[in-house]
Amino acid sequence: MEELSQEKFQELGQFIDSLPSKKGELIRVLHKAQEIFGYLPKEVQYFVGRKLGVSTAKVYGVVTFYSYFTMSPKGKNHISVCLGTACYVRGAEPVLDEFRKILNIQGTETTPDGKFSLCSLRCIGACGLAPVVTVGEKVYGRVTKEMVAGILAEYK
Amino acid sequence: MSKIQTIEQLNELSNNVKSLLSIREQGEKSDDKTKADIKAIANGSKEKINILICGGTGCKSSESDKIVENFRNKISELGIQEEVKVLKTGCFGFCEKGPIVKVLPDNTFYVMVTPEDTDEIVNTHIVGGNKVDRLLYKNTETNESISDSKHMDFYKKQMRIALRNCGVIDPNNVNEYIAREGYKALATCITSMDSQQVINLMKESGLRGRGGGGFPTGLKWEIASKNNADQKYVVCNADEGDPGAFMDRSILEGDPHSIVEAMAICGYAIGASMGRVYIRAEYPLAIKRLEKAILDAREIGLLGDNILGTNFAFDIEITFGAGAFVCGEETALIHSMEGERGEPTMKPPFPAEKGFWGKPTNVNNVETFANIPVIILNGAKWYKAIGTERSAGTKVFALAGKVNNVGLVEVPMGTTLREVIFDIGGGIKNGKKFKAVQTGGPSGGCLTEKDLDTPIDFDNLIAKGSMMGSGGMIVMDEDNCMPAVAKFYLEFTQEESCGKCTPCRIGTTRLREILSMICDGKGTMEHLDELKRLSGVIKDTALCGLGQTAPNPVLSTLDAFYDEYLAHVVDKKCPSAQCQKLLEYVIIPDNCKGCTLCARQCPVNAISGSVKEAHVIDKLKCIKCGACIDKCKFKAIIKR
Ligand SMILES: Cc1cc2nc3c(=O)[nH]c(=O)nc-3n(C[C@H](O)[C@H](O)[C@H](O)COP(=O)(O)O)c2cc1C
Ligand code: SF4
Ligand code: SF4
Repeated sequence: MEELSQEKFQELGQFIDSLPSKKGELIRVLHKAQEIFGYLPKEVQYFVGRKLGVSTAKVYGVVTFYSYFTMSPKGKNHISVCLGTACYVRGAEPVLDEFRKILNIQGTETTPDGKFSLCSLRCIGACGLAPVVTVGEKVYGRVTKEMVAGILAEYK
Repeated sequence: MSKIQTIEQLNELSNNVKSLLSIREQGEKSDDKTKADIKAIANGSKEKINILICGGTGCKSSESDKIVENFRNKISELGIQEEVKVLKTGCFGFCEKGPIVKVLPDNTFYVMVTPEDTDEIVNTHIVGGNKVDRLLYKNTETNESISDSKHMDFYKKQMRIALRNCGVIDPNNVNEYIAREGYKALATCITSMDSQQVINLMKESGLRGRGGGGFPTGLKWEIASKNNADQKYVVCNADEGDPGAFMDRSILEGDPHSIVEAMAICGYAIGASMGRVYIRAEYPLAIKRLEKAILDAREIGLLGDNILGTNFAFDIEITFGAGAFVCGEETALIHSMEGERGEPTMKPPFPAEKGFWGKPTNVNNVETFANIPVIILNGAKWYKAIGTERSAGTKVFALAGKVNNVGLVEVPMGTTLREVIFDIGGGIKNGKKFKAVQTGGPSGGCLTEKDLDTPIDFDNLIAKGSMMGSGGMIVMDEDNCMPAVAKFYLEFTQEESCGKCTPCRIGTTRLREILSMICDGKGTMEHLDELKRLSGVIKDTALCGLGQTAPNPVLSTLDAFYDEYLAHVVDKKCPSAQCQKLLEYVIIPDNCKGCTLCARQCPVNAISGSVKEAHVIDKLKCIKCGACIDKCKFKAIIKR
């Protein structure tokens, strides 16, 4: 598990203090918090709420509304399978299923060893390469079910 | 860089930097005889050749950065940096064939270039004067090489207005934008027009919003301008939530200054001094380019106080979205900018009356903005003459799916779907049969063969039960199952429903459940009626556009592909063999050689038979995993 170190809270606190105004800045702050911590556990949400003077309920409401924000840490290698329409019609679903099968995970979660996490997302805009899979920063195009094991092997 | 303080200084700078583009402008005029090797070109300046590499997200994913680096290394190794300039531009649009490298002035268009190809291009073409044939685009029918993009079917019918600078200029260099008449429209507006004149010009041009609704832009500006307030806002909607659409992203990546300029023009017209771009966090490259454009514009005085010596002030900030489709809806977008959950609210009041922080706010889409500077420069009449009577100008489509040439396509309104899919798009992949095209994303509908000759414009698409939407155009072939496609869209809208109003929250959930049952072979005739009835209720009662349009994919597929629904419901068959649960794996006895390979592969021992005799699959045991089908060397196993 990603540690919630004091330095990280300090960094976030400094960012919040540097904002010219706190009005309407909740989402911006959450983006920063996720950048620093990698995810938004409840400790971080409490902290943000206190710092901005808004209720934790509201922070939680916003965090859960937007799919970009996550409350669980990502794996060391984060895999995203694009399920945008262009990728879908070119066969992205079997690719996602294959990742699930090999990694032995059901939905979109992190493997017990913390090595991989899997999610589906909607369109990164590289539709010419559909179906598209990203692992961290790296983009794989025209992925087929058969290529999945090979992709994972690169990160073993 | 020093600040530009007058329109004269802007014109002077524009003239001074013109030479930046001279090679590329030569390229636009070049014919097949133009040669681009260092020895052949003897023009006055030292710079003789430009190599442009696409730096858009699509091509970057295929290592275009590495290609740039390799070119730069090779060029400096040969000591010809002065003669050959290597530039990273925005998207050329032909994403299917990326990464794309363009050599100028002879306009050579290399496709699917890899980092290993760069030495050959430099040695053979740049230094040797001969084009590298194997990297040229091949005509799909004749297989002839075509080197100049002007002659490619993909580009022939296109007309680039919104995308005019994409793939031409270096988006990170404001001078290149200025060399292409950049910021001249803003200068004209603020120094020689009053705000009503700008609004009138927009009204006369006939420009309609490209974000989906097609609302007349001039009229929208007029309403915002008439609402008096101490502060007003200009918002650029760059949320681009339609999965499969990427024109806004490409414009921001390839020509960010055009958006900065247009937002300032809008600010002048409606009397706002503040602009905000609401952009998806999933677009890191577009964000980076836009941030740089804003900084550069500020630095040379084209944003900030007293722009060009006038008392007009304007500045732009960026707000990041956080992955919620509904935030593309303008009231939701405004709530999200205020740091709240992005839930839509009733209109009226419209944003033009009460928007961001309760102030009059004008929201326009990226592509809408991209058109504006050219309209100001070339005039309303020029623009109005392009396109159809009620939909002026061009539209950018993100052509994707089962079509040969995936990419960004900009065509005059009134072009037919057939021209876009077959002439520009090169028809269906792998020689398959065209089945349907979905326009308008999750809010749109499926159009079929009979609609192919309809001229595309806002009103025609609505009359056909679909809509323009933001410009996604997904082509489907005979292998796509339509109830499954409808289910896919409903999964999307159901997940993206903000949950505020019941018809949408519960209605889309029910639609999704029914479609799942149909695809799983548990559908009944009553379900088909229920789909229709429920769709009608959702359309009539949902609060925002998301809910109101969510049933469109269901209704349009029910209408055009009723037979396919019947096959699922009555015969429990999926004619396109896509729905796993309805599939049946069978061995054709005549083709089976009895090699036993499949039987050993089957995880549940559903296949039996003796050696050298035809095998059979036990339907009751078969779990439809498909493990056997690829193993058979004799193509004896089929799914149906
Ligand atoms: C569910 C929903 C999603 C939308 N998504 C977008 C979007 O991603 N981009 C966009 O520009 N407009 C989107 N719109 C349309 C906007 O509400 C708004 O009409 C548009 O930004 C106005 O700009 P225009 O007049 O230039 O088209 C969406 C509307 C709805 C109902
Ligand atoms: S129609 Fe759907 S997305 Fe729109 S307000 Fe209602 S629940 Fe939210
Ligand atoms: S693999 Fe093909 S040929 Fe061999 S037993 Fe199975 S169906 Fe027959």
